[in-house]
Amino acid sequence: MAMLDSTARGLFLTELVKGLALTFSYMFKPRVTLNYPFEKGPISPRFRGEHALRRYPNGEERCIACKLCEAVCPALAITIEAEPREDGSRRTTRYDIDMTKCIYCGLCQEACPVDAIVEGPNFEFAAETREELFYNKEKLLANGDRWEAQLAANIAADAPYR
Amino acid sequence: MGEIWTTYGFPGVIIVAQILAVTVPLLIAVAYMVYAERKVLAMMQLRQGPNLVGPWGLLQSFADALKMIGKEMIIPAGANRVVFIFAPVLTMVLALVAWAVIPFDLGWVIADINVGILYLFAISSLGVYGIIMAGWASNSKYAFLGSLRSAAQMVSYEVSIGLVIITVLLCVGSLNLTDIIVAQSGAGGFWGWFFVPLFPMFVIFFISALAETNRAPFDLPEGESELVGGFHTEYSGMTFGLFFLGEYANMILMSAMTTVLFLGGWLPPLEMAPFTWIPGPVWFVLKIAFCLFVFIWVRATLPRYRYDQLMRLGWKVFLPFSLIWVVLTAGVLVAFGWLPD
Repeated sequence: MAMLDSTARGLFLTELVKGLALTFSYMFKPRVTLNYPFEKGPISPRFRGEHALRRYPNGEERCIACKLCEAVCPALAITIEAEPREDGSRRTTRYDIDMTKCIYCGLCQEACPVDAIVEGPNFEFAAETREELFYNKEKLLANGDRWEAQLAANIAADAPYR
Repeated sequence: MGEIWTTYGFPGVIIVAQILAVTVPLLIAVAYMVYAERKVLAMMQLRQGPNLVGPWGLLQSFADALKMIGKEMIIPAGANRVVFIFAPVLTMVLALVAWAVIPFDLGWVIADINVGILYLFAISSLGVYGIIMAGWASNSKYAFLGSLRSAAQMVSYEVSIGLVIITVLLCVGSLNLTDIIVAQSGAGGFWGWFFVPLFPMFVIFFISALAETNRAPFDLPEGESELVGGFHTEYSGMTFGLFFLGEYANMILMSAMTTVLFLGGWLPPLEMAPFTWIPGPVWFVLKIAFCLFVFIWVRATLPRYRYDQLMRLGWKVFLPFSLIWVVLTAGVLVAFGWLPD
């Protein structure tokens, strides 16, 4: 009986037709992929993307050159040089991040006492040359100005869990 | 001078015009077949498919063709240059010349010859040569193994295709493709088409057509996981492009053969008012499009056969089954006196 059963199924191509019916039904299901450059998936507030140096609302840069980020960085991607400014406050004269070394672990933003260095939501900073990925202070501050609204919102969203 | 023009010149111009009228739409159809394949596969796999070049990606194939033409044509150092170049040309030419006998409507055929189906069968058998030549001339182990597989596969499935064609011919009594379609018009609807009385043969023909065109699930000759690219491993640029065009043109050709033999060619599904308003060639193209959709649908559904399974199916299932069906059909036709004149 089992043999008859399997022979009949083979002869009438039952399984084949079932499989074809399944793929046909899938034709009318909504797609599950995103049309990437035009559609993007949701990103967590904790997403660790491109770095930025933030400013206070009055325009003063937050970084106080404590060098905790430089010390904690496991990839040794951060280089900081600091000098007292004319008004006597301690500021960086150089703040470089080698984005080709960075492993996006987020330890720098965890170490920062003033929320100056943060990793933002931007992950689309591919460049054509290596040199473009050696970020200096100017570039990082520009990033901070560009993404500030979202960076502040992300930090606020994550604050209850810290 | 005037006589030469009327005897040779004018008919020659007409023939060239007819050839262009078939080939140019065919090549455009190939381009859109590639697009349709990518799009339908994408839909069945819940993806997007090409959607950037032109509206809904409709110009994608032309962008690909431009890219292909612009690429370098590499001829390997160990290759036999003449045969290496000739193989894709042969494949492409054979896929195109077969269209000479395909009737698009009553009388719409370039060469209305009385051995049309034999011509088609001969041309599709010659298709193996393009692949064998490609594999041999490449002087590469993957290409060679791929072409051997392909040759064995095509020869095996041609046997059952031949027997299927014989059953149809028994019911028609003519080798002319137009006659084959006219013979299906008697009942006044789709129940008169040969896929109804000869349904098992229709299925066998279609599956054999998949194997004949090296399509999934019988695409072992180009099984990328084991043979790189099969017989076209060493091909690049437009030589590869010709193989690609040839493969898709062959698919369209096999769909046209299925349509002519089993789906009633240009006949409307019902001999009634709304259906008869649509001209025959449109029905013909619609039926071909349906067959091509099934080609893609099968590709989206089934995994690739193993080589021994392929040979087993060809020789130990299809061959005896179609042979029995030939005898059965002949017996029924003789017993009930239904043999055509």
